[in-house]
Amino acid sequence: MTVADERLAGTGLARRLLIRPELGAVVGAIVVFAFFAGQSETFRSIDGVANWLDPASTLGIMAVAIALLMIGGEFDLSAGVLTGSTGLIMVILSTRYGLSVWTAMLVALVVALLVGFLNGMIVVRTKLPSFIVTLGTFLMLQGVNLGVTKALTGTVQVSGLRRAEGYDQARALLAGTFSLGGTDFRVAILWWLGITALATWVLMRTRPGNWIFAVGGDERAARAVGVPADRTKIALFMTTAVAAWLVGSILALRFTSVQANAGLGQEFVYIIAAVIGGCLLTGGYGSAVGASIGALIFGMADKGIVFLGWDADWFKFFLGAMLLLATLANRLVRRYAEEVRH
Amino acid sequence: MSATGDAPAPREAGAETPAPKGADAESSVPAEAGGTHGTRGGAGFAVPLLETRECGKTFGGVIALREVSMQVRAGEVTCVLGDNGAGKSTLIKILSGVHPPDSGVYLVDGAPAAFTSPRDALDRGIATVYQDLAMIPLMSVWRNFFLGSEPSLGRGPLRRFDVARAKRTVRRELHSMGIDIRDVDQPVGTLSGGERQSVAIARAVHFGARVLILDEPTSALGVKQAGVVLRYIAQARDRGLGVVFITHNPHHAYPIGDRFLLLNRGASMGEYGKADITRQELTSLMAGGAELEQLAHELSRDEPPGGPKRTL
Ligand SMILES: Nc1ncnc2c1ncn2[C@@H]1O[C@H](COP(=O)(O)OP(=O)(O)OP(=O)(O)O)[C@@H](O)[C@H]1O
Ligand SMILES: [Mg+2]
Repeated sequence: MTVADERLAGTGLARRLLIRPELGAVVGAIVVFAFFAGQSETFRSIDGVANWLDPASTLGIMAVAIALLMIGGEFDLSAGVLTGSTGLIMVILSTRYGLSVWTAMLVALVVALLVGFLNGMIVVRTKLPSFIVTLGTFLMLQGVNLGVTKALTGTVQVSGLRRAEGYDQARALLAGTFSLGGTDFRVAILWWLGITALATWVLMRTRPGNWIFAVGGDERAARAVGVPADRTKIALFMTTAVAAWLVGSILALRFTSVQANAGLGQEFVYIIAAVIGGCLLTGGYGSAVGASIGALIFGMADKGIVFLGWDADWFKFFLGAMLLLATLANRLVRRYAEEVRH
Repeated sequence: MSATGDAPAPREAGAETPAPKGADAESSVPAEAGGTHGTRGGAGFAVPLLETRECGKTFGGVIALREVSMQVRAGEVTCVLGDNGAGKSTLIKILSGVHPPDSGVYLVDGAPAAFTSPRDALDRGIATVYQDLAMIPLMSVWRNFFLGSEPSLGRGPLRRFDVARAKRTVRRELHSMGIDIRDVDQPVGTLSGGERQSVAIARAVHFGARVLILDEPTSALGVKQAGVVLRYIAQARDRGLGVVFITHNPHHAYPIGDRFLLLNRGASMGEYGKADITRQELTSLMAGGAELEQLAHELSRDEPPGGPKRTL
């Protein structure tokens, strides 16, 4: 029974490779690496690697969470600003209200979970597009971030986290460095790798993973066979919020201060990284590894452009071009995967 | 448990032609393969698996279904026929727990059913295969097969989808139903329509369905593919399942059906046993005999009127 069908011959392997969602991102990453490494000595040095892995790591954590959400058929535009909100909560509570960094982080986590839960709840109850719902939360959070920060400090940033109790341990855990071959790498890189592995495992090897693909692929069909679609979606929004909390904490601990507009505009970068990684905008297809590679491409381009001494504005151009290429490639893949054969 | 025996009364209808069939199912199944599930098919006095008595459903001002009575028995195929908008889908949505009926009673194993969701019906062994929402195209055959009922391994936070077992089971099940699928890893979207329906039927059978409801499984298929699906329906019947088969097409229904429920604009035109109706009668009844002749007349060229020409 395990004998492969003769009709599989030839097309099988090629087809299977081609319909891997990550394929485009892997090719893209190789091209981008070759491009920058070929021109910049620093870029390909071990210090250079540590340098561009750093932005890739925090972006990657978010891109993975957003990828899961997008596979589940939803968007979250509030995720970027939420990294700012959690950071602000943490710094304000520990510098102005005497809480330890750990307690402040816990409170920020609760708030993040609440925001994720509300996003999810509104989306599943009202059946409005999540694009609109989270655009609403995005604007509201942005307003609160600015309003509260200004009211409390009279400025648009909060700082002084370094003096808070528990700062050193929290920093070592989330924003510290580790040494590898004499070079310091950010701990966030480990978090990123761990989260990518965990997300991949959940997606490919657990029941909720199967449900995520199903609710994104065809929600009605999934419900008809008993998949708890609402719970799955709400859990995905909450997962995204937890990722935002983690990234917000990492950044706050690293810089010890948070701008009131932190994270603004990042929401699209997460989505773009996930799309480059093979996620379909229509849901039901994608991978966590792909999103991570998408983030890696961003990290490389972000720092590579600086190493080459170019104007940072070129980064935006690069971003747009990558997005277009990736979406076109994904559409081809989808056609190929979905084409009905008789 | 009100085991009420059989509903008597021939299903009322405006139909004159063939006498509506009473409540004895004579066309019993040939040698039920391991007649597993409770009520044996064909036994005229056994409690039907499903029964509706004068069920009705309205949507706002629209009467989608009016006083429809039908039965589904183990090892039998009950065909539901009717034109577009006749209420076929509405009827099966009642059977499968999507809507409760607004009037009348719905009995499962002789007791009133109070389903609040399709999941409740599924738990009672009533599985529905919808034409459009049977499968998720971008997911592989084995993922689709176990969707919602994934086998797991391990416990606590390490509980995971037993992928190896899932793939093995799917291969075995498809093979035992005689379904020939190239590769269980391929996305369902790459299967043909008939293959997709077949996999959905195999899935329902595997998960211990006692009743299989199929909403127009053959309507989008060519002759050959439709034949393939009809063969799997026969397989399911021979395994002792009660099958509800919805179709527009009397030529698909007649060879496989044991009883036929005809719907017209939400009302029942009668439930007939196979012995009580010929294919010809079924066809003309379904299309509304007079309307069909009228149509034939309209479509004919300048031929002298009166010469009745059957185009079917
Ligand atoms: N949810 C609903 N809301 C309002 N009207 C409905 C609803 N569902 C069905 N109807 C109406 O009920 C009637 C019967 O519809 P139903 O879908 O049961 O027909 P059908 O026999 O399945 O037709 P088809 O062969 O086209 O699938 C139609 O007039 C339809 O417009
Ligand atoms: Mg219908």
